[in-house]
Amino acid sequence: MTPQVLVVLGAFLASAVEMVEALTIVLAVGMTRGWRSVAVGVGAAFVALGALIAALGPALTQIPIEALRIVVGAVLLTFGLQWLRKAILRAAGVRALHDEEEIYAREVEESRHAAPTTRARLDWYAFTLAFKGVLLEGLEVVFIVVSFGSTGGHLGLAAAGAGAALVVVATAGALVHRPLSRVPENSLKFTVGIMLTSFGVFWGGEGVGVSWPGSDLALLGLIGFFAVVSLALVADLRRRTAVARTPTPTVTQA
Amino acid sequence: MGWLGRFARFWYDFLVGDDWLAAVGVGVALGATALLADGHNPWWLLPVAVATVLAVSVRRAAASATPRPIDAGPSADR
Repeated sequence: MTPQVLVVLGAFLASAVEMVEALTIVLAVGMTRGWRSVAVGVGAAFVALGALIAALGPALTQIPIEALRIVVGAVLLTFGLQWLRKAILRAAGVRALHDEEEIYAREVEESRHAAPTTRARLDWYAFTLAFKGVLLEGLEVVFIVVSFGSTGGHLGLAAAGAGAALVVVATAGALVHRPLSRVPENSLKFTVGIMLTSFGVFWGGEGVGVSWPGSDLALLGLIGFFAVVSLALVADLRRRTAVARTPTPTVTQA
Repeated sequence: MGWLGRFARFWYDFLVGDDWLAAVGVGVALGATALLADGHNPWWLLPVAVATVLAVSVRRAAASATPRPIDAGPSADR
């Protein structure tokens, strides 16, 4: 039961973070350039993502499970460590927080000044921006969902988690018509980074022949372990940053 | 850069990101665990190795980051 819940939760949180970022781009372009071309761009991106899922799904079933676990474990680990490193640096104040309001304002400004180009009766700037934004963020969602779901045979659950995130984020965006800047994005990325890294260690370990103590329950232990390590790294970085910012006292001679 | 270069760059950024050493560390950790798993059950090795890779990667990134002024407002950053 534990891995199933964690798969749904992990896919939901990771997808929600990516979808919030895509929503900011879509809203900014839609509010300034009109919705028709943006809607076509979003639709085209969903079709492209659907085609990718249709191609990837059957291909994954052809790969032996041990090899799949090693590959998925390694991908989740490198991907999870990227998220976790950035979240730790942001939590410690070394790197600026991701600010959806600022990104929205910048996108609106750029959209207002972009020259109108019409192709296939579409505002090409609005179409390509919406298409690329949704496709690139969606690609990350697809890879997280496929990675989370494929090795444990929970692809349906992972897809359900991502689908729930899509409904929640799209509904919230339609209601507020503003970027979802109140979403605690860094906390979510911190959590997702810990989950991706823990799943990566778990499946990568199983793939190379490790037998985890406590079987599936070891996942909870790994999540706890990486949470403690990450929080310790944040505390250590904060301390070092505070020391570095403390002005050196100047000695004045009498 | 042609489309092939951009395609390769996208996947490199997507999977490896801005610290190639961390990706290498993950590969080495998995390889070492696989070697030791022949006859043993080194379940502790991978978590410890990955935590070490994370700590080194964070330190490297912090060392190369430009310190932000204390009063600086947030800026957009992926």
